[in-house]
Amino acid sequence: MTSVTMTVNGKAVTRDIEPRMLLSTFLREELGLTGTHVGCDTSQCGCCVVHVDGDSVKSCTALAVQFDGASVTTIEGLGQNGTLHPMQEAFRENHGLQCGFCTTGMIMSSVDLVKKAKEQGITIDEHYVREGLEGNICRCTGYHNIVKAVIAGAQAM
Amino acid sequence: MYAFGYHRPGSVADAVKLLADHPDAKLLAGGQTFIPTLKQRLAQPSDVIDLGGIAELRGIRAEGDNLVIGAMVKHGEVMRDATVKSMIPALADMAGVIGDTQVRNRGTLGGSISNNDPAADYPGAVVGLGATVITDRRQIAGEDFFTGLFETALEEGEIVTAVSFPKPVAAAYEKFRNPASRYAMVGVFVAKTAGGVRVAVTGAGPCVFRLPEFEQALSTNFAADAIQHLNVDASGLNADIHASAEYRAHLIKVVAKRALAKIR
Ligand SMILES: Cc1cc2nc3c(=O)[nH]c(=O)nc-3n(C[C@H](O)[C@H](O)[C@H](O)COP(=O)(O)OP(=O)(O)OC[C@H]3O[C@@H](n4cnc5c(N)ncnc54)[C@H](O)[C@@H]3O)c2cc1C
Ligand code: FES
Ligand code: FES
Repeated sequence: MTSVTMTVNGKAVTRDIEPRMLLSTFLREELGLTGTHVGCDTSQCGCCVVHVDGDSVKSCTALAVQFDGASVTTIEGLGQNGTLHPMQEAFRENHGLQCGFCTTGMIMSSVDLVKKAKEQGITIDEHYVREGLEGNICRCTGYHNIVKAVIAGAQAM
Repeated sequence: MYAFGYHRPGSVADAVKLLADHPDAKLLAGGQTFIPTLKQRLAQPSDVIDLGGIAELRGIRAEGDNLVIGAMVKHGEVMRDATVKSMIPALADMAGVIGDTQVRNRGTLGGSISNNDPAADYPGAVVGLGATVITDRRQIAGEDFFTGLFETALEEGEIVTAVSFPKPVAAAYEKFRNPASRYAMVGVFVAKTAGGVRVAVTGAGPCVFRLPEFEQALSTNFAADAIQHLNVDASGLNADIHASAEYRAHLIKVVAKRALAKIR
Protein backbone atom coordinates (compact mmCIF):
# COMPACT_ATOMS: atom_id res chain seq x y z
CA MET A 1 0.00 0.00 0.00
CA THR A 2 1.12 3.53 -0.79
CA SER A 3 -0.28 6.70 0.67
CA VAL A 4 -1.48 9.34 -1.81
CA THR A 5 -2.71 12.82 -1.13
CA MET A 6 -4.30 14.92 -3.82
CA THR A 7 -6.74 17.75 -4.13
CA VAL A 8 -9.96 16.54 -5.74
CA ASN A 9 -12.53 19.18 -6.65
CA GLY A 10 -10.86 21.58 -4.24
CA LYS A 11 -10.76 19.22 -1.23
CA ALA A 12 -7.64 17.46 0.04
CA VAL A 13 -8.01 13.66 0.16
CA THR A 14 -5.57 11.05 1.45
CA ARG A 15 -5.88 7.30 0.95
CA ASP A 16 -3.72 4.20 1.29
CA ILE A 17 -4.00 2.42 -2.01
CA GLU A 18 -2.34 -0.29 -4.06
CA PRO A 19 0.05 1.25 -6.63
CA ARG A 20 -1.80 -0.58 -9.41
CA MET A 21 -5.07 1.26 -8.76
CA LEU A 22 -6.17 3.30 -11.78
CA LEU A 23 -7.13 6.94 -11.29
CA SER A 24 -10.63 6.09 -12.62
CA THR A 25 -11.05 3.39 -9.94
CA PHE A 26 -9.72 5.73 -7.28
CA LEU A 27 -12.25 8.43 -8.17
CA ARG A 28 -15.21 6.11 -8.57
CA GLU A 29 -14.62 3.52 -5.86
CA GLU A 30 -12.51 5.25 -3.22
CA LEU A 31 -14.16 8.66 -3.48
CA GLY A 32 -17.61 7.69 -4.83
CA LEU A 33 -17.34 10.21 -7.69
CA THR A 34 -19.21 8.14 -10.25
CA GLY A 35 -19.67 10.99 -12.72
CA THR A 36 -16.37 9.85 -14.24
CA HIS A 37 -17.48 6.97 -16.49
CA VAL A 38 -15.51 3.98 -17.72
CA GLY A 39 -16.63 3.09 -21.23
CA CYS A 40 -13.90 1.11 -22.95
CA ASP A 41 -11.19 0.87 -20.28
CA THR A 42 -8.71 0.74 -23.21
CA SER A 43 -7.82 4.45 -23.73
CA GLN A 44 -10.13 4.90 -26.71
CA CYS A 45 -13.49 6.41 -25.75
CA GLY A 46 -12.76 9.39 -23.48
CA CYS A 47 -15.70 8.76 -21.11
CA CYS A 48 -13.23 8.78 -18.21
CA VAL A 49 -11.65 12.18 -18.92
CA VAL A 50 -10.83 14.35 -15.89
CA HIS A 51 -8.50 17.31 -15.43
CA VAL A 52 -5.14 16.88 -13.73
CA ASP A 53 -3.50 20.22 -12.97
CA GLY A 54 -5.65 21.74 -15.71
CA ASP A 55 -4.96 19.21 -18.50
CA SER A 56 -7.54 16.68 -19.69
CA VAL A 57 -6.38 13.09 -19.20
CA LYS A 58 -7.93 9.66 -19.59
CA SER A 59 -8.23 8.47 -16.00
CA CYS A 60 -8.42 4.81 -17.10
CA THR A 61 -4.87 5.20 -18.46
CA ALA A 62 -3.25 6.64 -15.36
CA LEU A 63 -2.34 5.29 -11.95
CA ALA A 64 -3.68 7.18 -8.95
CA VAL A 65 -0.22 7.10 -7.29
CA GLN A 66 1.21 9.18 -10.15
CA PHE A 67 -0.84 12.14 -8.94
CA ASP A 68 0.34 12.49 -5.38
CA GLY A 69 0.30 16.23 -4.76
CA ALA A 70 -1.71 17.01 -7.90
CA SER A 71 -5.01 18.78 -8.28
CA VAL A 72 -7.79 16.78 -9.95
CA THR A 73 -11.13 18.08 -11.18
CA THR A 74 -14.00 15.76 -12.11
CA ILE A 75 -17.39 16.61 -13.58
CA GLU A 76 -18.71 16.92 -10.01
CA GLY A 77 -16.29 19.78 -9.38
CA LEU A 78 -16.91 21.78 -12.54
CA GLY A 79 -19.97 23.77 -11.49
CA GLN A 80 -19.58 26.26 -8.63
CA ASN A 81 -22.02 26.97 -5.79
CA GLY A 82 -24.78 24.80 -7.17
CA THR A 83 -24.82 26.33 -10.65
CA LEU A 84 -23.81 24.51 -13.80
CA HIS A 85 -20.56 25.41 -15.56
CA PRO A 86 -21.23 27.33 -18.82
CA MET A 87 -20.15 24.26 -20.82
CA GLN A 88 -22.61 22.03 -18.94
CA GLU A 89 -25.31 24.61 -19.51
CA ALA A 90 -24.46 24.72 -23.25
CA PHE A 91 -24.74 20.92 -23.55
CA ARG A 92 -28.18 21.10 -21.95
CA GLU A 93 -29.29 24.06 -24.02
CA ASN A 94 -28.13 22.56 -27.34
CA HIS A 95 -29.21 18.99 -26.58
CA GLY A 96 -25.60 17.83 -26.87
CA LEU A 97 -26.42 14.42 -25.44
CA GLN A 98 -28.79 11.51 -25.66
CA CYS A 99 -28.03 8.65 -23.24
CA GLY A 100 -25.47 10.79 -21.41
CA PHE A 101 -22.82 8.13 -20.98
CA CYS A 102 -20.12 9.98 -22.94
CA THR A 103 -21.25 13.40 -21.76
CA THR A 104 -19.14 13.90 -18.67
CA GLY A 105 -15.96 13.07 -20.60
CA MET A 106 -17.09 15.24 -23.53
CA ILE A 107 -17.62 18.19 -21.21
CA MET A 108 -14.30 17.76 -19.40
CA SER A 109 -12.44 17.53 -22.74
CA SER A 110 -14.32 20.53 -24.13
CA VAL A 111 -13.49 22.76 -21.18
CA ASP A 112 -9.77 21.96 -21.64
CA LEU A 113 -9.98 22.52 -25.41
CA VAL A 114 -11.57 25.93 -25.00
CA LYS A 115 -9.05 26.94 -22.35
CA LYS A 116 -6.10 25.92 -24.59
CA ALA A 117 -7.59 27.68 -27.62
CA LYS A 118 -8.00 30.90 -25.67
CA GLU A 119 -4.41 30.68 -24.35
CA GLN A 120 -3.05 30.09 -27.85
CA GLY A 121 -5.31 32.56 -29.65
CA ILE A 122 -6.92 29.81 -31.76
CA THR A 123 -10.40 30.37 -33.22
CA ILE A 124 -12.90 27.88 -31.85
CA ASP A 125 -14.70 26.67 -34.98
CA GLU A 126 -16.23 23.37 -36.02
CA HIS A 127 -12.92 22.07 -37.36
CA TYR A 128 -11.05 22.81 -34.11
CA VAL A 129 -13.76 21.21 -31.99
CA ARG A 130 -14.05 18.05 -34.10
CA GLU A 131 -10.26 17.56 -34.14
CA GLY A 132 -9.99 18.33 -30.45
CA LEU A 133 -12.69 15.82 -29.50
CA GLU A 134 -11.08 12.98 -31.46
CA GLY A 135 -10.43 11.10 -28.24
CA ASN A 136 -14.10 11.18 -27.20
CA ILE A 137 -16.51 8.71 -28.75
CA CYS A 138 -20.29 9.11 -28.67
CA ARG A 139 -22.49 6.23 -29.73
CA CYS A 140 -25.73 8.21 -29.81
CA THR A 141 -25.73 11.77 -31.05
CA GLY A 142 -23.81 11.83 -34.33
CA TYR A 143 -21.74 14.65 -32.79
CA HIS A 144 -23.61 17.49 -34.51
CA ASN A 145 -25.20 18.91 -31.36
CA ILE A 146 -22.07 18.24 -29.33
CA VAL A 147 -20.07 20.48 -31.67
CA LYS A 148 -22.80 23.13 -31.48
CA ALA A 149 -22.79 22.93 -27.68
CA VAL A 150 -19.00 23.30 -27.43
CA ILE A 151 -18.97 26.37 -29.67
CA ALA A 152 -21.80 27.91 -27.64
CA GLY A 153 -20.11 26.94 -24.36
CA ALA A 154 -16.87 28.53 -25.54
CA GLN A 155 -18.63 31.84 -26.08
CA ALA A 156 -20.12 31.69 -22.59
CA MET A 157 -16.83 30.74 -20.86
CA MET B 1 -2.90 -5.70 -13.61
CA TYR B 2 -0.40 -7.65 -11.55
CA ALA B 3 0.76 -6.02 -8.33
CA PHE B 4 4.07 -4.13 -8.27
CA GLY B 5 6.14 -1.88 -6.03
CA TYR B 6 6.09 1.82 -6.86
CA HIS B 7 8.97 4.29 -6.76
CA ARG B 8 9.09 7.97 -7.64
CA PRO B 9 12.75 9.06 -7.74
CA GLY B 10 13.63 12.75 -7.80
CA SER B 11 16.73 12.49 -10.01
CA VAL B 12 18.04 10.48 -12.97
CA ALA B 13 20.86 9.17 -10.75
CA ASP B 14 18.30 7.78 -8.27
CA ALA B 15 16.27 6.23 -11.09
CA VAL B 16 19.39 4.53 -12.51
CA LYS B 17 20.20 3.18 -9.05
CA LEU B 18 16.65 1.89 -8.56
CA LEU B 19 16.84 0.09 -11.92
CA ALA B 20 20.12 -1.51 -10.91
CA ASP B 21 18.72 -2.59 -7.54
CA HIS B 22 15.52 -4.03 -9.06
CA PRO B 23 16.44 -6.04 -12.17
CA ASP B 24 12.77 -6.76 -13.00
CA ALA B 25 11.65 -3.16 -12.69
CA LYS B 26 10.25 -1.07 -15.58
CA LEU B 27 10.19 2.68 -16.17
CA LEU B 28 6.91 4.59 -16.34
CA ALA B 29 6.78 7.84 -18.35
CA GLY B 30 3.40 9.06 -19.65
CA GLY B 31 1.95 5.57 -19.32
CA GLN B 32 0.01 5.77 -22.60
CA THR B 33 1.60 2.55 -23.83
CA PHE B 34 2.86 1.03 -20.60
CA ILE B 35 -0.35 1.24 -18.53
CA PRO B 36 -2.47 -0.48 -21.24
CA THR B 37 0.27 -3.16 -21.38
CA LEU B 38 0.04 -3.65 -17.61
CA LYS B 39 -3.77 -3.74 -17.75
CA GLN B 40 -3.64 -6.54 -20.32
CA ARG B 41 -1.16 -8.41 -18.14
CA LEU B 42 1.35 -8.41 -20.97
CA ALA B 43 4.04 -7.26 -18.55
CA GLN B 44 4.73 -8.24 -14.96
CA PRO B 45 7.37 -5.91 -13.55
CA SER B 46 8.36 -6.38 -9.90
CA ASP B 47 8.56 -2.60 -9.56
CA VAL B 48 7.48 0.47 -11.50
CA ILE B 49 9.82 3.45 -11.47
CA ASP B 50 7.88 6.62 -12.26
CA LEU B 51 9.95 9.27 -14.04
CA GLY B 52 7.23 11.86 -13.40
CA GLY B 53 9.00 13.44 -10.42
CA ILE B 54 12.32 14.19 -12.14
CA ALA B 55 12.63 17.90 -12.97
CA GLU B 56 15.83 17.47 -15.04
CA LEU B 57 13.88 15.39 -17.62
CA ARG B 58 11.52 18.27 -18.36
CA GLY B 59 11.98 21.44 -20.33
CA ILE B 60 12.57 22.58 -23.89
CA ARG B 61 15.58 24.77 -24.66
CA ALA B 62 17.50 26.17 -27.61
CA GLU B 63 21.25 25.46 -27.52
CA GLY B 64 22.67 27.36 -30.46
CA ASP B 65 21.15 25.77 -33.56
CA ASN B 66 19.87 22.77 -31.62
CA LEU B 67 16.56 22.27 -29.92
CA VAL B 68 16.95 20.10 -26.82
CA ILE B 69 13.77 18.49 -25.55
CA GLY B 70 13.68 16.59 -22.25
CA ALA B 71 12.54 12.96 -22.24
CA MET B 72 9.48 13.72 -20.06
CA VAL B 73 8.22 16.56 -22.25
CA LYS B 74 4.70 15.73 -23.38
CA HIS B 75 3.52 15.73 -27.00
CA GLY B 76 1.03 18.51 -26.16
CA GLU B 77 3.84 20.72 -24.86
CA VAL B 78 5.91 20.22 -28.02
CA MET B 79 2.85 20.99 -30.12
CA ARG B 80 2.23 24.31 -28.32
CA ASP B 81 5.74 25.47 -27.39
CA ALA B 82 6.80 28.81 -28.87
CA THR B 83 10.50 27.84 -29.17
CA VAL B 84 9.64 24.62 -31.03
CA LYS B 85 7.23 26.47 -33.31
CA SER B 86 9.83 29.07 -34.23
CA MET B 87 12.86 26.74 -34.59
CA ILE B 88 11.33 23.55 -36.03
CA PRO B 89 7.63 24.08 -36.82
CA ALA B 90 7.49 20.64 -38.49
CA LEU B 91 8.22 19.06 -35.10
CA ALA B 92 5.34 20.92 -33.46
CA ASP B 93 3.09 19.79 -36.34
CA MET B 94 4.22 16.18 -35.88
CA ALA B 95 3.52 16.25 -32.13
CA GLY B 96 0.08 17.70 -32.85
CA VAL B 97 -1.02 14.68 -34.89
CA ILE B 98 -0.04 12.04 -32.32
CA GLY B 99 -3.09 10.22 -30.94
CA ASP B 100 -5.68 12.55 -29.45
CA THR B 101 -5.70 15.48 -27.02
CA GLN B 102 -5.58 13.31 -23.89
CA VAL B 103 -2.84 11.04 -25.23
CA ARG B 104 -0.82 14.17 -26.06
CA ASN B 105 -1.42 15.52 -22.54
CA ARG B 106 0.32 12.47 -21.01
CA GLY B 107 2.52 10.76 -23.65
CA THR B 108 6.18 11.77 -23.73
CA LEU B 109 9.08 12.00 -26.18
CA GLY B 110 11.22 9.59 -24.13
CA GLY B 111 8.42 7.05 -23.81
CA SER B 112 7.59 7.17 -27.49
CA ILE B 113 11.12 6.64 -28.81
CA SER B 114 12.05 4.05 -26.14
CA ASN B 115 8.99 2.02 -27.05
CA ASN B 116 9.77 2.32 -30.80
CA ASP B 117 6.36 1.24 -32.01
CA PRO B 118 6.69 0.74 -35.78
CA ALA B 119 3.65 3.02 -36.28
CA ALA B 120 4.82 5.79 -33.93
CA ASP B 121 5.46 9.30 -35.27
CA TYR B 122 8.50 10.46 -33.28
CA PRO B 123 10.97 7.99 -34.83
CA GLY B 124 10.26 9.68 -38.19
CA ALA B 125 11.18 13.09 -36.78
CA VAL B 126 14.29 11.85 -34.92
CA VAL B 127 15.72 10.13 -38.02
CA GLY B 128 14.36 12.72 -40.46
CA LEU B 129 16.05 15.59 -38.66
CA GLY B 130 19.23 13.65 -37.86
CA ALA B 131 18.69 14.15 -34.13
CA THR B 132 20.83 12.78 -31.31
CA VAL B 133 19.39 10.77 -28.42
CA ILE B 134 20.96 11.61 -25.06
CA THR B 135 20.88 9.04 -22.26
CA ASP B 136 22.15 8.89 -18.70
CA ARG B 137 25.48 7.55 -20.03
CA ARG B 138 26.03 8.50 -23.72
CA GLN B 139 24.81 10.12 -26.91
CA ILE B 140 23.37 7.96 -29.69
CA ALA B 141 22.80 9.12 -33.29
CA GLY B 142 19.07 8.87 -34.04
CA GLU B 143 19.68 6.44 -36.87
CA ASP B 144 21.55 4.02 -34.64
CA PHE B 145 18.97 4.31 -31.86
CA PHE B 146 16.07 2.53 -33.62
CA THR B 147 17.29 -1.00 -34.27
CA GLY B 148 14.15 -3.00 -35.14
CA LEU B 149 10.54 -3.79 -34.28
CA PHE B 150 10.03 -2.37 -30.75
CA GLU B 151 13.84 -2.57 -30.41
CA THR B 152 16.27 0.21 -29.58
CA ALA B 153 19.98 0.55 -28.85
CA LEU B 154 19.20 1.14 -25.14
CA GLU B 155 21.13 -1.10 -22.79
CA GLU B 156 19.71 -2.73 -19.69
CA GLY B 157 18.92 0.01 -17.18
CA GLU B 158 19.69 2.90 -19.56
CA ILE B 159 17.43 5.96 -19.45
CA VAL B 160 16.75 8.44 -22.26
CA THR B 161 17.16 11.92 -20.78
CA ALA B 162 16.68 14.18 -23.83
CA VAL B 163 16.82 14.44 -27.60
CA SER B 164 18.77 17.15 -29.42
CA PHE B 165 17.21 18.16 -32.75
CA PRO B 166 19.34 20.28 -35.13
CA LYS B 167 17.39 23.11 -36.72
CA PRO B 168 16.80 22.26 -40.40
CA VAL B 169 16.71 24.68 -43.33
CA ALA B 170 13.20 23.43 -44.08
CA ALA B 171 11.16 20.41 -42.98
CA ALA B 172 7.66 18.94 -42.95
CA TYR B 173 5.85 15.88 -41.65
CA GLU B 174 2.81 14.24 -43.15
CA LYS B 175 1.01 11.14 -42.02
CA PHE B 176 -1.68 8.85 -43.32
CA ARG B 177 -3.51 7.87 -40.17
CA ASN B 178 -5.11 4.63 -39.29
CA PRO B 179 -8.56 6.11 -38.66
CA ALA B 180 -9.26 3.88 -35.65
CA SER B 181 -5.99 4.00 -33.72
CA ARG B 182 -4.70 7.30 -35.12
CA TYR B 183 -1.19 5.80 -35.39
CA ALA B 184 0.70 6.25 -38.66
CA MET B 185 -0.14 3.78 -41.39
CA VAL B 186 2.57 5.69 -43.23
CA GLY B 187 4.34 8.80 -41.96
CA VAL B 188 7.03 10.66 -43.90
CA PHE B 189 9.35 13.29 -42.46
CA VAL B 190 11.25 15.31 -45.09
CA ALA B 191 14.01 17.73 -44.16
CA LYS B 192 16.60 19.86 -45.89
CA THR B 193 19.46 20.00 -43.40
CA ALA B 194 22.98 21.37 -43.29
CA GLY B 195 24.18 17.83 -44.07
CA GLY B 196 21.81 17.27 -47.01
CA VAL B 197 18.25 16.17 -47.65
CA ARG B 198 16.76 13.49 -45.39
CA VAL B 199 13.59 11.47 -45.89
CA ALA B 200 12.48 9.20 -43.04
CA VAL B 201 9.54 6.83 -43.25
CA THR B 202 7.64 5.47 -40.25
CA GLY B 203 4.60 3.20 -40.03
CA ALA B 204 5.40 1.40 -43.27
CA GLY B 205 8.09 -1.03 -42.18
CA PRO B 206 9.05 -2.89 -39.00
CA CYS B 207 11.16 0.13 -38.02
CA VAL B 208 11.75 3.69 -39.25
CA PHE B 209 13.99 3.87 -42.36
CA ARG B 210 15.43 6.41 -44.81
CA LEU B 211 14.79 6.53 -48.56
CA PRO B 212 18.12 7.26 -50.31
CA GLU B 213 16.57 7.47 -53.83
CA PHE B 214 14.12 10.13 -52.68
CA GLU B 215 16.87 12.01 -50.86
CA GLN B 216 19.08 12.03 -53.95
CA ALA B 217 16.30 13.26 -56.22
CA LEU B 218 15.32 15.94 -53.73
CA SER B 219 18.84 17.23 -53.19
CA THR B 220 18.80 18.95 -56.59
CA ASN B 221 15.15 20.04 -56.41
CA PHE B 222 13.46 20.00 -52.98
CA ALA B 223 9.90 19.78 -54.32
CA ALA B 224 7.19 17.17 -54.95
CA ASP B 225 7.92 17.07 -58.72
CA ALA B 226 11.40 15.71 -58.08
CA ILE B 227 10.12 12.32 -56.86
CA GLN B 228 7.24 11.96 -59.31
CA HIS B 229 9.14 9.39 -61.43
CA LEU B 230 10.27 7.26 -58.46
CA ASN B 231 8.57 4.20 -57.00
CA VAL B 232 9.03 2.48 -53.66
CA ASP B 233 9.75 -1.25 -53.48
CA ALA B 234 7.12 -3.05 -51.37
CA SER B 235 9.39 -5.89 -50.25
CA GLY B 236 9.95 -5.90 -46.49
CA LEU B 237 7.11 -3.46 -45.78
CA ASN B 238 4.35 -4.23 -43.28
CA ALA B 239 1.23 -6.01 -44.45
CA ASP B 240 -1.73 -6.34 -42.08
CA ILE B 241 -5.52 -5.98 -41.93
CA HIS B 242 -5.13 -2.22 -42.44
CA ALA B 243 -3.04 -2.20 -45.61
CA SER B 244 -1.00 -4.48 -47.87
CA ALA B 245 2.71 -3.89 -48.40
CA GLU B 246 1.99 -2.66 -51.96
CA TYR B 247 -0.55 -0.14 -50.69
CA ARG B 248 1.92 1.14 -48.09
CA ALA B 249 4.61 1.44 -50.78
CA HIS B 250 2.21 3.53 -52.86
CA LEU B 251 1.26 5.64 -49.85
CA ILE B 252 4.90 6.49 -49.10
CA LYS B 253 5.21 8.48 -52.32
CA VAL B 254 1.80 10.09 -51.92
CA VAL B 255 2.52 11.09 -48.32
CA ALA B 256 6.05 12.29 -49.18
CA LYS B 257 4.62 14.54 -51.89
CA ARG B 258 2.04 15.93 -49.46
CA ALA B 259 4.82 16.67 -46.97
CA LEU B 260 6.86 18.45 -49.64
CA ALA B 261 3.83 20.46 -50.71
CA LYS B 262 3.52 21.81 -47.15
CA ILE B 263 6.98 23.38 -47.19
CA ARG B 264 6.73 27.11 -47.48
C1 LIG C 1 -5.33 5.96 -27.95
C2 LIG C 1 -3.85 6.13 -28.23
C3 LIG C 1 -3.44 6.62 -29.47
C4 LIG C 1 -2.09 6.80 -29.75
N1 LIG C 1 -1.75 7.28 -30.97
C5 LIG C 1 -0.45 7.47 -31.27
C6 LIG C 1 -0.04 8.00 -32.54
O1 LIG C 1 -0.87 8.37 -33.39
N2 LIG C 1 1.27 8.16 -32.78
C7 LIG C 1 2.23 7.82 -31.86
O2 LIG C 1 3.40 7.99 -32.14
N3 LIG C 1 1.88 7.33 -30.67
C8 LIG C 1 0.58 7.15 -30.35
N4 LIG C 1 0.24 6.66 -29.11
C9 LIG C 1 1.32 6.34 -28.15
C10 LIG C 1 1.72 7.56 -27.34
O3 LIG C 1 2.41 8.49 -28.17
C11 LIG C 1 2.62 7.21 -26.16
O4 LIG C 1 2.84 8.43 -25.53
C12 LIG C 1 3.96 6.61 -26.42
O5 LIG C 1 3.92 5.48 -27.20
C13 LIG C 1 4.64 6.17 -25.14
O6 LIG C 1 5.00 7.27 -24.40
P1 LIG C 1 4.66 7.35 -22.84
O7 LIG C 1 5.31 8.58 -22.36
O8 LIG C 1 3.23 7.20 -22.62
O9 LIG C 1 5.51 6.12 -22.28
P2 LIG C 1 5.12 4.88 -21.36
O10 LIG C 1 3.92 4.21 -21.88
O11 LIG C 1 5.13 5.28 -19.95
O12 LIG C 1 6.42 3.98 -21.63
C14 LIG C 1 6.63 3.29 -22.85
C15 LIG C 1 7.88 2.42 -22.76
O13 LIG C 1 9.07 3.20 -22.77
C16 LIG C 1 9.86 3.01 -21.60
N5 LIG C 1 10.39 4.33 -21.25
C17 LIG C 1 9.62 5.43 -20.98
N6 LIG C 1 10.41 6.51 -20.77
C18 LIG C 1 11.70 6.08 -20.90
C19 LIG C 1 12.97 6.74 -20.81
N7 LIG C 1 13.06 8.06 -20.56
N8 LIG C 1 14.09 6.00 -21.00
C20 LIG C 1 13.99 4.68 -21.28
N9 LIG C 1 12.83 4.00 -21.37
C21 LIG C 1 11.68 4.69 -21.21
C22 LIG C 1 8.90 2.40 -20.59
O14 LIG C 1 9.58 1.59 -19.67
C23 LIG C 1 7.97 1.60 -21.47
O15 LIG C 1 8.53 0.36 -21.78
C24 LIG C 1 -1.11 6.47 -28.77
C25 LIG C 1 -1.51 5.98 -27.53
C26 LIG C 1 -2.85 5.80 -27.25
C27 LIG C 1 -3.27 5.29 -25.91
S1 FES D 1 -12.74 4.44 -20.30
FE1 FES D 1 -10.94 5.62 -20.46
S2 FES D 1 -10.82 6.03 -22.55
FE2 FES D 1 -12.56 4.73 -22.45
S1 FES E 1 -24.93 10.49 -25.57
FE1 FES E 1 -24.91 8.34 -25.55
S2 FES E 1 -22.82 7.90 -25.91
FE2 FES E 1 -22.91 10.02 -26.24
